[in-house]
Amino acid sequence: MYHMPTATLLNVENLRVSYDTPRGVVQAVRGVSFQLGRERLGIVGESGSGKSQTGRAILRLIPPPGRIEATRLEFAGADLLRLDERGMRAIRGKRITMVMQDPRYSLNPVMNIGQQLMECYRVHTRVSRAEARRKALEILAAVRIRNPDRVFRAYPHEVSGGMGQRIMIAMMLITDPDLLIADEPTSALDVTVQLQVLAILDDLVTKRGMGLIFISHDLNLVRSFCDRVLVMYGGRIMEEVAAAQLHAARHPYTRGLLNCLPEIGGGRGPLPVLNRDPGWLE
Amino acid sequence: MIDVRDLHVVFGQGNQAVYAVRQVSFRVNQGESLGLVGESGSGKSTVLRAICGLVSDWRGVIRIAGEMQERRRTAAFCKRVQMVFQDPYGSLHPRHTVDRLLAEPVAIQRLGNPDQRVREALEAVGLDKSFRFRYPHQLSGGQRQRVAIARALILQPEVLLLDEPTSALDVSVQAEILNLLAQLRRDLGLTYLMVSHSLAVVAHQCERLVVMKNGAMVETLTAAALTGNEPRHPYTQQLLTASLGYNRAVAARLAAED
Repeated sequence: MYHMPTATLLNVENLRVSYDTPRGVVQAVRGVSFQLGRERLGIVGESGSGKSQTGRAILRLIPPPGRIEATRLEFAGADLLRLDERGMRAIRGKRITMVMQDPRYSLNPVMNIGQQLMECYRVHTRVSRAEARRKALEILAAVRIRNPDRVFRAYPHEVSGGMGQRIMIAMMLITDPDLLIADEPTSALDVTVQLQVLAILDDLVTKRGMGLIFISHDLNLVRSFCDRVLVMYGGRIMEEVAAAQLHAARHPYTRGLLNCLPEIGGGRGPLPVLNRDPGWLE
Repeated sequence: MIDVRDLHVVFGQGNQAVYAVRQVSFRVNQGESLGLVGESGSGKSTVLRAICGLVSDWRGVIRIAGEMQERRRTAAFCKRVQMVFQDPYGSLHPRHTVDRLLAEPVAIQRLGNPDQRVREALEAVGLDKSFRFRYPHQLSGGQRQRVAIARALILQPEVLLLDEPTSALDVSVQAEILNLLAQLRRDLGLTYLMVSHSLAVVAHQCERLVVMKNGAMVETLTAAALTGNEPRHPYTQQLLTASLGYNRAVAARLAAED
C-alpha cells in the first residue's frame, strides 16, 4: 500500500550538482526536490540521469570541482549544507549510511571483515573492543550470515559477491542509521541472491523504521520493492509515482522505459525504442 | 550448425581442479537461436569460450557445420564463427579508430576491398559514415556495441556467439541492440548462440534455451514452454519467479533452502 510518509526524515528542495569543466558547467542534477519519511523510496533512471549523484549529494560526497547547491537540504532538522566537516562526519556513516554497487571495491582487501566492522562501529561509538566484537558478530547474524564466526575472520576475497554485499549492508547498519542510501545494491548479484539481500533491507525498513533510498536502473525491481518511485532523466525528476502504480505511469519517458523491456511471454516482435523529447528538460 | 557433445572443461589439477563445465551437449540448427541461461559460475560463458577456442582445456566433441574442432582454431573457423563480448568498453581497442578496428579482421582474412566492407558493415548496424573515423571513447555504450557487432559481421560469418551482449547497456539501448540482432539474423540467415543471465532477454531472442547450474545442464526447453505453464525443473521455476521482481514469500523460501 502507498502511504504518505508520516514524519519527514529528509527534505530536499531544488538540489543541484554541477561540475565546472573547461568547456563550461555540466549540470548532473538540476533542481531535484523530494521528501522522505520512514519508507522505501526508489530512484530510477538510465545512466547519466543523475540518480547516483543525488544520493551522493545528500552525504556531500561530491568531490571538487563538483558543487552542491540547494534551497534546502535538511536531515532530521539539521541543515546538511551548513554543517562543517566535523558535524558532517557525525552524520555520515552513523545516521545516514550508503551501500555502493560492488562490494569488491567497497571493502578493504587487506583487512579481515571483523576488523572492518569493528573499526566502523568504534569510530562512531565509544565502546571496548570486546563490545565492538560482540556487536559485529550480532550484526553479521542479523544480515543472515550462517556462520558469523568464520566470516568475521575471513578476508573480502574469501567471500562470494552476495555475501560481500550482505557484509557491506551489515557494516552500514552497525551504527543503527536512520537513513540508508543504497546505490544499485543488488545489480552485481544473481537474481536469487538479489531477492535475499532485498528481503534483509525490507525487514530493516519495516522492523527498525529506517528510511531507505533505493537507487536502481531496474524498473521491475523498484516496482515490486519500493513504496514510492522517482523517475529521473537528465538530472531532473520526470515523475513521482506510487510503486504499485508504476505500470500506469503517464510520463512518456517512464512509459518508454517500461515498454522497451523484453518480457517473458511478451512475444518476439521488435521492441519499441525510446524516443527522447528535449522538451522534457525544459 | 553447432553440435556440442559431452563437453567438459576443467581448470586446474588434482584437488585444486574446478569442474567449470560437465557433460554439456546441445545442437543449434542453421538459422536458429539458442540461449544459454544460468547464474554466475554456471559455466555458460565457458561453454562459449570453449567453442570459439579461448579455452583450450576442454574434452568432448565440438562440430561446427559438420567439422570436428581440434585444439587450435583455423582461419576458416574464424571467418565462419565470430563472437560479440559483454562489455563494449573493454572489447574495443581504445587507440584504434572504428575504421581500423573494422578493417583489421578483413586484412587478417585477406578478403580485400576493405573500404567498401567497412562502409557496408557500419550501414548494417545502423551507424552512419560520420562514425567511421572516431575513437571508441567518442561513442556511447550502445554505439560501441554496434561497432563490436559490425566487427563480427564484417567477415560475413554464419554463426555469432553472443556473450551477454546487452547486459552492460541501459534498457532503452538494450532494446535497440536486441532489435538489431533480431533483424540481422533474419536478413543474413545467421545462427546465434547467446549467453545471458536474463530469462526475459533469452525468451525474446531465442527459440530454445538451455538452463545451466554449477557447470551442468539442468534442462533444455523451448521459449514457448518457458512462457506457457508447462512443468519444469524446480531450478528453472526458481529463476523464473526470481526474475519477476521482489516477492517476500519467494525470498523467504530461497533463504530457507540456502
